[in-house]
Amino acid sequence: MADTLPVEMIVNGRRRAIEVPVNVTLLDLLRDELGLTGTKECCDVGECGACTVLVDGRAVDSCLMLAVEADGAEITTVEGLAADGQLSPLQQAFLDKGASQCGFCTPGQLMAAHALLQENPDPSLPQIQEGLSGNLCRCGCYFQIADAVLAVAQSGQEGGRK
Amino acid sequence: MNAARIGDSPNRVGGRERVTGQQMYVADIRLPGTLQAKLVTLDCARARIISIDKTAAENLPGVSLVMTAADLPQPVPRFGPQFEDRPVLAVGETKYHGDPVAIVAAETAEIAAEAARLVRVEYEELSAVYTLAAALAPDAPLVQDPSLRPKDPLAGTNVLREHRVGWGDVDSEAADVVIDNRYSFPIVTHFAIEPHSFMAAPEGDGVAVWSSIQHPYWLQKILAKILRLPLARVRVVAPDPGGGFGGKQHTKYEPIVAFAALRADRPVRLILSLEESFQAARRAACEVHVRTGVRADGKIAFQDIEADYLIGAYADIADRVVSKGSYPGAGPYNVPAVRIVARSVLSHTLPSTAFRGFGNPQVNWAVESNLDEAARAVGLDRLELRLRNLARKGDAFIPFDTACDGDWQQTVRRAAEMIGWGQPLPAGHGRGLAVGIKSGPTTGHSYSTVRLLADGSVLVYAGTSDMGQGARTIFAQIAAQELGAPLDWVTVVMGDTALVPYDQQTSASRSTVLMGNAILRACRSIQEQLRRMASELHSVPEDQIVVENGIVRLPDQELTVIQVLKAGLGRMGGELIGNGESRKDAEPDHPLQGSAAFFEFNCTAVEATVDEGTGDITIVRHVAVSDVGKALNPLQVRMQDEGAAIQGLGHTLMEHYIFDDKGRVRNLGAIDYRIPTSMDLPLEMESDLVENGDGPGPYGSKGMSEGALLCVAPAVAAAVREASGAVIRDLPLTPERVWRALQERDGKEV
Repeated sequence: MADTLPVEMIVNGRRRAIEVPVNVTLLDLLRDELGLTGTKECCDVGECGACTVLVDGRAVDSCLMLAVEADGAEITTVEGLAADGQLSPLQQAFLDKGASQCGFCTPGQLMAAHALLQENPDPSLPQIQEGLSGNLCRCGCYFQIADAVLAVAQSGQEGGRK
Repeated sequence: MNAARIGDSPNRVGGRERVTGQQMYVADIRLPGTLQAKLVTLDCARARIISIDKTAAENLPGVSLVMTAADLPQPVPRFGPQFEDRPVLAVGETKYHGDPVAIVAAETAEIAAEAARLVRVEYEELSAVYTLAAALAPDAPLVQDPSLRPKDPLAGTNVLREHRVGWGDVDSEAADVVIDNRYSFPIVTHFAIEPHSFMAAPEGDGVAVWSSIQHPYWLQKILAKILRLPLARVRVVAPDPGGGFGGKQHTKYEPIVAFAALRADRPVRLILSLEESFQAARRAACEVHVRTGVRADGKIAFQDIEADYLIGAYADIADRVVSKGSYPGAGPYNVPAVRIVARSVLSHTLPSTAFRGFGNPQVNWAVESNLDEAARAVGLDRLELRLRNLARKGDAFIPFDTACDGDWQQTVRRAAEMIGWGQPLPAGHGRGLAVGIKSGPTTGHSYSTVRLLADGSVLVYAGTSDMGQGARTIFAQIAAQELGAPLDWVTVVMGDTALVPYDQQTSASRSTVLMGNAILRACRSIQEQLRRMASELHSVPEDQIVVENGIVRLPDQELTVIQVLKAGLGRMGGELIGNGESRKDAEPDHPLQGSAAFFEFNCTAVEATVDEGTGDITIVRHVAVSDVGKALNPLQVRMQDEGAAIQGLGHTLMEHYIFDDKGRVRNLGAIDYRIPTSMDLPLEMESDLVENGDGPGPYGSKGMSEGALLCVAPAVAAAVREASGAVIRDLPLTPERVWRALQERDGKEV
């Protein structure tokens, strides 16, 4: 079996064609090869959610996905949420509601919240808490994060642009 | 333009970076030519190292270096914030599961991991102690080499230190009821979402070290000593930690990474896995024996407290945790007789260190729980008993310390009101209420430089670490308030010892008070300069000019700071520079070598139900009220209070380390060690604050980031008891433990 394989993917709207070692995770590809360090590494076993990105619109723990599995996919990371310097409604709501303290889990929370709102534009508090239960926040901003998601849902602004 | 001032809740300064992924944590910083490092550890706790064969690892293509203790200066340097007991790499013997014996640096992390596996260590496992009982047994193997503390009568035991504090005479104080119980608190870990991260690179004739550390200047001092370099040749870069909670206060693997970088003459980077972070820092377990004497009228007669803290193999700051954490153990009450004996007990486990609450939650769990039993015994309402004993402002409730510095009755009454204390409860519901107190910083020293630039924008230099508590925002708000700049015209420079003046440390909820005062003084110095400027410009005596809140008031007109500044600087340009210093000096005769700068005071009240079938606890409501003096940013205060409360629910309900018979932690990492998720929260959480402007910080503020964690456990356990009758004195209150207590309640065998 080849040590590397060519993959093509769209990352934050930009087409990327890369030769990737077959054992490299999507997380490592994003951080180490593409320089997109907004996606964070913590547990490396799919339990903490810090590395959450969108793969074809679905929230995925990028530490559990091989980069080659993302061949042909459209990837959105936290760097892809703001457009032309304008924060997405979710990003703005995170600031307004105090949903980010140390900030290390924030990119993953934002991506999971984004996917949640795409799937369910009008979630209840329990639905938000369940939807984001795979994203740990040790600073304990859970209520503020839920406030932010609720505010965006109630404003009808979706989860921000892709 | 953001006109936010003190008392407003502007968006977090640095928040935009956090929500866009631009915030650079240590692991996000990449230097060209960096080697990736991996630590080599053994699969047991205590072992005698017979030999280490590096050959296979060194021969692996891509490996740059493999270092063991033999490759370090001899004797191998030791370090530590309190005792210099920890070697840079294990010397002769490993002391705990995870104690590194070697470091490997290679071109990629993958090669480094492979090389670490190829380092052949021949070792012999030795008998070891992992519990208080084993460590205190008469024939226990010694954790620490007695020669490290010559002349210490305790050197032949595993007791690192014993701390005695008290007043009155516990043995002769009359009490109508004595409540005598034992309580335990488990080992828990910080679990910052950012694993500990380190990088070092040769820089000029010295070294630059990047670390996710809370105390960059303390690290600089330790590195300078170990590396035999002047402070000015040791640059510590400390980007915002991705969560600290005390676990990132003190030096860990920075020395070995620095040695590796200097030896390789290239940058070396060590990013710990979460599992390795679990082996780098944790809270001390504690067993507390408390005897509470109470009179029939509900007055506390005495508190007799013995607390044994299980610390690790190296002291780190753990012994200070023990002395300072047990010290206010009798609580915020006027108690005529108190005896506290606290011991730090060494064991062959990973070093314990500071963790939010700093040794207080352990004793608070026991003493506050015991007070509930005392109230029951004398037939008094649990809230009423507390109110009858609570210190009033100015009371010397700890005779040789700072007097009660707040209206604590107000805080407790507010929490009781919010939880509906005394109101009828639905069947199966119970309420609990507890108070927590923590001695604030006992010493401190902070410098700040503030520069008012020619256009009125401001640079604030502060060596505090913003690990999420929001120090940067508070500092910017102070400068904006004093100098009249919009908040987004204020930049706070932090995290680089080559740029920013000294700050002793970021701990004990000190920064708003200590660094805040330094910044305030620096701003006031600039205001003085503006006053002189205005005096010269307008030929008005200085004593007739007032500068405050960004306005320069002359007898006949008001000018903005910018108007005076621009006119005063003239065509040559320039800037005004203010320096501020704030210090709290040590008091050598004080039991803690310093009285409290302030007390953190919190009252937590909860309503809970218990599932009789599973033992599962549901927190229906959780109320936390803190006396903060003045909330400089109310939203950040709420975030810190609620975050602390949720962290407290972790050690209360679910978190604990499990060791096997070889002293290995069996639940390393996120799968087997559970912290609260969004599904483990109270159904409702509410926080409130008491503001009487009576703190020593800017505008009457006090520190507040730990208070709401201190007394979560006794409040929850009290609610569980009222809801179900289950009596539990060991944390965490896992469903299994609650279920067993329910069976005991019913007299069933389990």
